[in-house]
Amino acid sequence: MSVGLHHYLLLSALLFVVGTVGVITRRNAIVVLMSIELMLNGVNLSLAAFSRYWGDGSGHALVIFSIAVAAAEAAVGLALLIAVFRNRQSVDLEDLNLLKG
Amino acid sequence: MLLDLTMVLVRIALMLLVVLQVIPLLIWWERKVSAYIQSRRGPAYASAGPLRLFGIVHTLTDVVKLIGKEDITPSQANKPFHFIAPAIAMFVALLTFAVVPYSGSVVIDGREFSLQAANLNAGILYILAIASLGVYGILLAAWSSNNKYTILGGLRSSSQLVSYELVMSLALVGALMVYGSLELGKAVTHQSGPFWHWGAVVQPVAALLFIVCAFAETNRNPFDLPEGESEIVAGYHVEYSSLRFALFFMAEYANMIVASGVIATLFFGGYEIPFLPTETLRANAAPILRIVLLATAAGGTLAGLFFGYLFFQGNERGPRDPDAAALAVLFGFGPAVAAGAVLALTGGGHFEFGPTGASLVAAVLQFACFMAKLLFFAFLFIWVRWTLPRFRYDQLMRLGWKYMLPLALLNVLATAFILERMAK
Amino acid sequence: MTGSALLFYVFGALALASAVLVVTGKNAIASAVYLVVAFFNLAGLYVLLEAHFLAASQILVYAGAITVLILFVIMLLDVSQLVRLQGSRNAIARSLGIVLAGLFAILLASQLAPGEVGFPEKLPEGFGTVESIGDLLFDRYLLAFELVSVLLLAAIVAAVAIAHREGESTP
Repeated sequence: MSVGLHHYLLLSALLFVVGTVGVITRRNAIVVLMSIELMLNGVNLSLAAFSRYWGDGSGHALVIFSIAVAAAEAAVGLALLIAVFRNRQSVDLEDLNLLKG
Repeated sequence: MLLDLTMVLVRIALMLLVVLQVIPLLIWWERKVSAYIQSRRGPAYASAGPLRLFGIVHTLTDVVKLIGKEDITPSQANKPFHFIAPAIAMFVALLTFAVVPYSGSVVIDGREFSLQAANLNAGILYILAIASLGVYGILLAAWSSNNKYTILGGLRSSSQLVSYELVMSLALVGALMVYGSLELGKAVTHQSGPFWHWGAVVQPVAALLFIVCAFAETNRNPFDLPEGESEIVAGYHVEYSSLRFALFFMAEYANMIVASGVIATLFFGGYEIPFLPTETLRANAAPILRIVLLATAAGGTLAGLFFGYLFFQGNERGPRDPDAAALAVLFGFGPAVAAGAVLALTGGGHFEFGPTGASLVAAVLQFACFMAKLLFFAFLFIWVRWTLPRFRYDQLMRLGWKYMLPLALLNVLATAFILERMAK
Repeated sequence: MTGSALLFYVFGALALASAVLVVTGKNAIASAVYLVVAFFNLAGLYVLLEAHFLAASQILVYAGAITVLILFVIMLLDVSQLVRLQGSRNAIARSLGIVLAGLFAILLASQLAPGEVGFPEKLPEGFGTVESIGDLLFDRYLLAFELVSVLLLAAIVAAVAIAHREGESTP
């Protein structure tokens, strides 16, 4: 039994779903941020697998871009988190409801 | 197949040997060099029978002491993380060395086996990647101990390591542009020949920045804020004792050895002997080996005579010091007699080498050269630690971000410009 | 079963398990550590896919920088309050989220199930090496590359501007 493209795609889909569950169900902003990283990684895995399938390096280049975007996202996200924590002494997403009527 | 497997095992065993066996030597050096710098005598009392060997036995007794101590886990600690943190620190330190080539390749049955545990296409990236994981051992130890001082140490180390990693990578970019490859083996062959091919001569700014960053990454003075004794007791490993403390202690020295090895490989020619590239060395293996044997015989006799003189003349421990006799035999007459015997048996050193033998002779000599360079930089680490005071935290951050980072960027720019002009 | 297939299942199972632990963990620091484990196993999968450069960058950026930053922030903020996480959102939102995710997983799996697609045996020369990716980045994707560098610059400025306290002098 050999491992092929569909194995990797299934794994990447599962990782993406696990990340999605984290984003939807958790209240702590830090865990939500980590779940987003998981989702990005799931997508990266599928890109690398497709790259292997076509024997073309473009997928690798895309993963590099995605990693760079993830780094930018983490930096800004964590900065926002620190600012929010400073103002409200909490990083619970349910507490961030100032705009609620 | 069997040959492949043996060579893999040999390569890994040699790598572990280099790192693990140099640790006790460095701990001994640290004590002796610090003593010398502070006009003390240093450890001198631990002995094995009549031999004290200038306190090297002290390291052994240290190990016994650490094993004998009680292994304490604080009651409020997070036990799994507290348990695993020292292991991570040591594991990462050992793993980094895997891509460092410690000698030229060996030819067996017409096939080349490069002497490094793993030959990766992205070798330098691998070093940066694994080295960046060292912070987890410190961070987990810091947090799991549930102690204010450890947390402060952990915070300091994480921000320090992340900041200096950046400068380190950027400093490397300049050197990589010259070498044209991320493979460490290629970086070394690029530096073969005369010493002005060395990275330190071609890329002096990169070399200087990299060495400073290596000090910061290994948490050594003047960058040892994560464990600054006068401010936060002992930083991240306050709550560790016994063998788990020993692991942190050993990891620090293992990191030093790895950093020295990487500095030597990237900027000081690695295993290549100056003026003697691998091909020359292999082609002239027989005469070179004869010269080395003659030099060993002569140097050994001289050293033996010197230590023998010390033995009869006496030192501060009185005449007939057994240490002097042991040194005379170990480093003087012993090697001299062995080298002389080999010379006599081969009729004055007339060797005949096939490709395997020649490559083996070259590999052994290059290994010695690599170790000499590595030990020199390890000595530099110790020397600097006992000479310079510690930075203040804001000074450290300012140095990293405001001076070293722009300098590294300028170096990349200047290198690109010069390479472009030279290509035309 | 070949060695690489076995490795795929080991890495894949570990990555998935640690991903689940990240999401379900009750302790933010433990979650971050499991995240690192997941990244490590993903790097292993990249190596199996002959993407050595990606594996190294994965560890360098994700494990070496992003997660360290997350851990740093967790420790920098009020540790005692943050480390023990309050439970998840209310029961309706949680169950709805899990049901939707499950449906999504089934949908994806059903699309993938029919075809057993193997990998080609032969790969082009230099696949996944630093040189080939460098060629792509600085040739075909040069514009994207430059844009990403601008994005990173913007992120640096934004992070400093947001996290910087008003009226506080920088050291």
